[in-house]
Amino acid sequence: MAHAATTHHTSLGLDNRKVAFWAFIGSECLLFTALISTYLVYKGRSVVGPYPHEILNIPFTSVSTFDLLMSSLMMVLALAAVQRGDMKWGKIWLFSTALLGLVFLGGQVIEFTEFVHKGLTLSTNLFGCTFFVLTGTHGAHVAVGVLWLLTLWVRALQGKLGPANAMTVEITGLYWHFVDVVWIVIFTVVYLIQ
Amino acid sequence: MSAQEGGSAMHEEGSLEHPVHPTADVYLRVGAVLVILTVLEVGVFYVPAFHPVLVPVLLVLSAAKFTLVVMFYMHLKADSKFFTFLFGVPLLLAVGVMVALLFLFLGALTLRGAAGPG
Repeated sequence: MAHAATTHHTSLGLDNRKVAFWAFIGSECLLFTALISTYLVYKGRSVVGPYPHEILNIPFTSVSTFDLLMSSLMMVLALAAVQRGDMKWGKIWLFSTALLGLVFLGGQVIEFTEFVHKGLTLSTNLFGCTFFVLTGTHGAHVAVGVLWLLTLWVRALQGKLGPANAMTVEITGLYWHFVDVVWIVIFTVVYLIQ
Repeated sequence: MSAQEGGSAMHEEGSLEHPVHPTADVYLRVGAVLVILTVLEVGVFYVPAFHPVLVPVLLVLSAAKFTLVVMFYMHLKADSKFFTFLFGVPLLLAVGVMVALLFLFLGALTLRGAAGPG
């Protein structure tokens, strides 16, 4: 309850942490758009292979996309459980979200390893450079999200997370869903529109 | 009124600070729609008949998924419009910069191609 007492509100009547986090998400939009724009500007300008259509594995990435979408669903279910004080399911959904995030990261490691074995590295061509920087930056965001979720899960196990801290879970959720919407765009722009 | 009292006063349903979030049922329905849209995206990619309109169809499906997640999972539909402003303005700026860059680089390439060698 001490946590709730220290919560500060802006003159708009909004939680200042949430305002700050939405502003951060706005800045992240600019970062990812810069990376996606760079990918698009250099698309089709590689003078040596491997080229996207030779190397991208759509069925595999579709499964990863499904995995990340389901992790977003788990995240909102975790938030709903914490808000109603159902910490048993809160813990289950939080761990499930982190687990699905880890599965996504595992998929990305497999994909990157396969590409390197097929001769595509960061310095092979323009496609390799822009692809690895874009998807790697996204992967780093997923990794941060997984660590954040696991931290919350451990706090929940210690009994330090409850309805009074629902805003913490909501802000974690905002980050996780943002990572998901970025992947929605990357999956379409990089993988499906070749 | 102290900040704490103000916070308590806003605990009423649908207040600015604590807006009414969707129920688990709504979250599940949105999840089902997201899965269907993803299946459609991948399906469209593999159906040759869709290839002439592949890019616009994929962009529309992707935009629909993006909107659903932002509106329901990130709660922008129910939350304060100020959050929509904080997210929407940089997003519009980013999309504008992307379109400008694409015109700048790809437009120049097309013009050079149309002008012929030299």
